Amino acid sequence: MKEIEKPEKGNKIIEEAAQAEYKYGFVTDIETDVIPKGLDEDVVRRISALKGEPEWLLEFRLKAYRHWLTLKAPTWGHVHVPEIDYQAISYYAAPRQAKKGGPEDIDPELKKTFDKLGIPLEEQLRLSGMAVDAVMDSVSVKTTYRDRLAELGVIFCSISEAVKDYPDLVRKYLGKVVPYTDNFYAALNSAVFSDGSFVYIPKGVRCPMELSTYFRINTAQTGQFERTLIVADDDAYVSYLEGCTAPMRDENQLHAAIVEIVVEDRAEVKYSTVQNWYPGDKDGKGGIYNLVTKRGLCRGDHSKLSWTQVETGSAITWKYPSCVLKGDHSIGEFYSVALTNNWQEADTGTKMIHLGKNSTSTIVSKGISAGHSQNSYRGMVKIAPKATGCRNFTQCDSLLLSDTSGAHTFPVIEVGNDTSVVEHEATTSKINEDQIFYCNQRGIPTEDAVGLIVNGYAKEVMAKLPMEFAVEAQKLLSVSLEGAVG
Amino acid sequence: MLEIKDLRASIEDKEILKGINLTVKPGEVHAIMGPNGSGKSTLSSVLTGHPAFTVTGGSVSFYGKDLLALSPEDRAHEGLFLSFQYPVEIPGVSMVNFMRTALNEKRKYFGQEPLSAADFLKLMREKRSIVQLDNKLASRAVNEGFSGGEKKRNEIFQMAMLEPRLSILDETDSGLDIDALRIVASGVNTLKSKDNATIVITHYQRLLDYIKPDFVHVLYKGRIVMSAGPELALELEEKGYDWIKEQVDAQQ
Repeated sequence: MKEIEKPEKGNKIIEEAAQAEYKYGFVTDIETDVIPKGLDEDVVRRISALKGEPEWLLEFRLKAYRHWLTLKAPTWGHVHVPEIDYQAISYYAAPRQAKKGGPEDIDPELKKTFDKLGIPLEEQLRLSGMAVDAVMDSVSVKTTYRDRLAELGVIFCSISEAVKDYPDLVRKYLGKVVPYTDNFYAALNSAVFSDGSFVYIPKGVRCPMELSTYFRINTAQTGQFERTLIVADDDAYVSYLEGCTAPMRDENQLHAAIVEIVVEDRAEVKYSTVQNWYPGDKDGKGGIYNLVTKRGLCRGDHSKLSWTQVETGSAITWKYPSCVLKGDHSIGEFYSVALTNNWQEADTGTKMIHLGKNSTSTIVSKGISAGHSQNSYRGMVKIAPKATGCRNFTQCDSLLLSDTSGAHTFPVIEVGNDTSVVEHEATTSKINEDQIFYCNQRGIPTEDAVGLIVNGYAKEVMAKLPMEFAVEAQKLLSVSLEGAVG
Repeated sequence: MLEIKDLRASIEDKEILKGINLTVKPGEVHAIMGPNGSGKSTLSSVLTGHPAFTVTGGSVSFYGKDLLALSPEDRAHEGLFLSFQYPVEIPGVSMVNFMRTALNEKRKYFGQEPLSAADFLKLMREKRSIVQLDNKLASRAVNEGFSGGEKKRNEIFQMAMLEPRLSILDETDSGLDIDALRIVASGVNTLKSKDNATIVITHYQRLLDYIKPDFVHVLYKGRIVMSAGPELALELEEKGYDWIKEQVDAQQ
């Protein structure tokens, strides 16, 4: 008696693939200065002192800290963030030799780490012409191509350096899009933020290369609280990429970042993220809590902000990259692929707040759930009464790869006038056995078939990614999922 | 090339195939006909390894290999092709990407290097013309938004690309108008050689006017109850299946 391959066998392949090791799970053995665990006003002062910050910034931090004490962690997300003991985390960790003297003095271990992650820090090695700011734990390790960009007046450096070198610019914009009163995690970040990138594109300049920040958590029992600020002045253009990884650890680690973007008249910012923080193991142990506030202000008329994200990592994701469309005829876009496997939970989406007349927004969200994961889209489209002639189109699709995973959508639509048009389309589908068998019959094994089908499903969003990222992101989708059907 | 012996298979504990015997040699065209629910499509699913079916007995040898022991994709690599009755849509996956993946998997199986992009596109152009498949269709997602006729032409196009040794055409004529039928049939005839074979599953004589079978088999209640030359198809067209059903049911 012989048996034709049954679906269960397919599941085995999946299990094996799902257990495939997280590629970036290594730890760099490097001397790190870590301040003791715990959080109080003294710790906030100490972080500020370590970074040699001016008084106004310390004040900003202290105000944020005091406000944070009055807040409670939000519980409305469709995620289960356990009670976090904020006294058990260290708020500052710096690789010891991160930045002494010139960039040539980078510790070889650090350089090796970023090489291993595919982010070589030597400018001559970078063929793609992408400028990189590399952040390890709490500090920026190196920013490439700074001089070349400076010739055009483009500022691209770590936010710590920006505070020193361009205090007026930072002061003008910091906390203006995401005030420290915004939410629990934003207040925490504002109190203890360590490093991140600062970008300023002056009037009329099209930034000639992709700017990119690569975030890496290395030290155990630390949190990462980076802060990114991007300003595109009138008629400027920049495309900015963000990537992230962390070592595999049994404990959970906290990542609470803020990204603020200001887009002036006729300027355009494209912000792309490939988020691949350690997602935890197949039993849901460990992983990063990714609790992030990202928001852009399209302040100028005809300004445009486009968010593209591919989210495959983190044990818990809670993030809503949003656009405040203040300028008339301003444009907001949000393209998202969120993939969850095993026990991951993601609650992600966007807010499009239309304040300017004739502003338009587009939302395309593709959720993919496998294993025992929960994947939610949460979105808000709000059109102010005076914002006449606005348009929004939302498409929100969910793909289920297993019977034990969940897909949810929580859309909120508020339209304050009758000259605006809002459209919302939503679908939920299951990857079906017949699609996989069709691929099998043409000679494509199940694992590859799932990768192909999922990439096809996410194509509309993937196409928005810059070339350098698109290939990597496609591979990431396949690897995160290999055969995760069942 | 293909030898099916006493093949039995079931789905959800319901036995559909109750002992199929069939031998196919290179160069031959076999037609399998029969009333609805007799097990025709099950036979093609079982041969190609659809996971919904369980083989409960018998054996299938394909060029000396135990076909049933192979994974569906390895059966494909070994040269078994199914033109699906209902080809599925795979949104977002371009035909180019799909075919290239399929072809390179096959090459990998035989230890060959992947085909270069230029060679691949050239091959696509060449094979597309066999079924007059529009360039636009080839650049679209797999079967997405294709009409019934386009889907079937797309199946034969894939057959041309993969150059199988044994093709099973499962009701390829269903849903086709007469022009599409002619195109599909002429595609199949173009691909025919003394080294490959075809199993045509159909209800009607119509397709067999274009694809001439060497043998016609009648499948009924999970068994092949009658085999003869092409004249049997004409007889069935004229008389229907009732006389065969009566014969078989009387024997039981």
